Amino acid sequence: MVLVKGDRAVTDGWTHLDDEAEIPAEGPITVSWSRWHRHHDVLHRSAPLLGVRVPNTVAVAEIGLAVSNFSLIALSFPSFTDGRAFSQARILRDRHHYAGELRATGNFLRDQLQFMQRCGIDAFEVPERAITEDWFAALNEIDLFYQPAADNRPWILRQRLRSAPNP
Amino acid sequence: MYRYDEFDRRFLQERVAQYSDQVRRRLTGQLTEDEFRPLRLRNGLYLQLHAYMLRVSIPYGALSANQLRMLADIARRYDRGYGHFTTRQNIQYNWIKLEDTPAILAALATVEMHAIQTSGNCIRNITADPFAGVTAEEIEDPRPYCEIIRQWSTLHPEFSWLPRKFKIAVSAAIHDRAAVHVHDIGLYLRRNEAGEIGFQVLVGGGLGRTPIIGKVIREFLPRQHLLSYLEAILRVYNEYGRRDNIYKARIKILVQALGIDKMRDAVETEWSAMDHTPLDLQDETVAEIMQHFAPPAYAPPSEDDDARLSAALAADPAFALWFEHNVAAHKVPGYAIATISLKPAGKPPGDATAEQMDLVAELCESFGFGELRVTHEQNLILPDVRRADLPILWRRLDAAGLGTANAGLASDIIACPGLDYCSLANARSIPVAEKLSLHLAEREHEIGPMKIKISGCINACGHHHVGHIGILGVDKNGEEFYQITVGGSADRDAAVGGIVGRAVAAEDVNGAIDKLLDVYLKTRTDGEDLPATYRRVGAEPFKEAVYGAR
Repeated sequence: MVLVKGDRAVTDGWTHLDDEAEIPAEGPITVSWSRWHRHHDVLHRSAPLLGVRVPNTVAVAEIGLAVSNFSLIALSFPSFTDGRAFSQARILRDRHHYAGELRATGNFLRDQLQFMQRCGIDAFEVPERAITEDWFAALNEIDLFYQPAADNRPWILRQRLRSAPNP
Repeated sequence: MYRYDEFDRRFLQERVAQYSDQVRRRLTGQLTEDEFRPLRLRNGLYLQLHAYMLRVSIPYGALSANQLRMLADIARRYDRGYGHFTTRQNIQYNWIKLEDTPAILAALATVEMHAIQTSGNCIRNITADPFAGVTAEEIEDPRPYCEIIRQWSTLHPEFSWLPRKFKIAVSAAIHDRAAVHVHDIGLYLRRNEAGEIGFQVLVGGGLGRTPIIGKVIREFLPRQHLLSYLEAILRVYNEYGRRDNIYKARIKILVQALGIDKMRDAVETEWSAMDHTPLDLQDETVAEIMQHFAPPAYAPPSEDDDARLSAALAADPAFALWFEHNVAAHKVPGYAIATISLKPAGKPPGDATAEQMDLVAELCESFGFGELRVTHEQNLILPDVRRADLPILWRRLDAAGLGTANAGLASDIIACPGLDYCSLANARSIPVAEKLSLHLAEREHEIGPMKIKISGCINACGHHHVGHIGILGVDKNGEEFYQITVGGSADRDAAVGGIVGRAVAAEDVNGAIDKLLDVYLKTRTDGEDLPATYRRVGAEPFKEAVYGAR
């Protein structure tokens, strides 16, 4: 797996713990949503930087209540046709003002990256073989948008009231 | 009608480039078919029984003459010289090559057209009353709102990977010509007591194997909240809609499971929690879009208009018949709305040849303002014909095989492509429609308004559930049979038809329909349509007529 942030591949500095794995002495860790639920007291005492891996079936309002605890939230795309995490991402950003890393994990397509980014996802965990040379171009294929989203970019219905775009 | 500005044009160029690159990656093997499939679907490209099918979007059924000429050109250059107009007011081509699709989309973009979201589990083409903006019986022109929804839904980052497809219909008229009740979201434009414009919002309607009539989730939604409320509904659906079973994934199943009251609570809770200010429509935004739909320069009626029309009606009974059925009242004196039937007896419903499209393009310029509409009943509309021009228009249409006087009658049948094209179908639809329309053409004027709808499988693309008479193709051990329903309606009194009895063989369809029609003619009271008769007398007389007394 490779972690992509912005327009480049970076080293994943996080340790992703199984539910039974011991908490390492140092370094940022992620745990599953259920482990965090059961042991959040211990986890917060032991780990300075904590992240959580959330299934896309968890009600986003529940995650929202806890966002201040996390520096990383990993959302799940069990298959590229399952779009629940798009809404989770937007609500975490727009409503709960989550400002940490929002990471896409699982099975998704290069062609969904821009949608994900617009929903507030800013990191992508992808298999190394998936990173083709045109991978990063996916984030810029479209640069005009018809609706507001978590990226706060201008949208056309409002933009055209002001001025025409530069040719 | 809506014309693209620099934003729309640039966006569409970017989108064509994006799709073209997806095709390139598929052809070079970088994308597997599994990966490519949802991408091509979101661009209207299906793999059917014999070839790819491309469905081109016609937003709320509105077309310009030049756009229609381009559709004709594509039919000639890339297909077999014809196209098929669909129940989503779109057009589809059935013999397309994958390699040609980037060029087709580039060509479409030159006339401000595309195939975005005509398929896939996303928000589909917005449909609307094809008489929008010209009928006297509407509250306000709904097209600006359709256009606003179209733009908002285009490549929506959050709602492009829904549990299932999502269809929105809009109407502002007394008569529902958009089947609003059988959409995932239905919007009836209305005014509140203060005279403000808003919408009655319906949710959870749909056809397919579980036909459900939509329920009211909000009696009056002020227009400025249109988009935020749609987002709230979509968000609840995206989170809670089922994804474990494709047949239970539409929003209607969620609404049915929760009940409309709990669904309303969920949507209202989401709507109050979200910040609507970014999405709230400002008056200037609506006004800006409305400018595109400003009425054209209608000419005042001249004194001898009516005399010319009356003379033609008296002189030519064939024209008089067409006038009676295919011409509707216009809101501007001296003008009429003309329906061009794509249902000549014995021909596939909704098909038009490239030559016919070219002719209609010319006619909508000569007899109108260069615009036309596609109906969900698979016909074309000339929205602005001077009444005095109707006789000559009809002669031109008739000479091209487009003058069939059957709009709204029994041979004006909706039919899906069926097993002749479609990989989902269980049975053929087109030959059944062809034989039935030939058979009924003689007596349809005696019958009066009658909506017959045929689907070749349970997915119900032919809307059979809401036909006054519905015909559903089923497969029984490799043989095609047809199940018949009666009493359905897609109008304001929307209802799902009742099953008459066991399915009949293809050769028995015409006879069974005759018997149903006999019962209706014998039983109806003055002005009563078939759904009304059915509501009054129930299914029994119809069952007895087809299958005998029990």
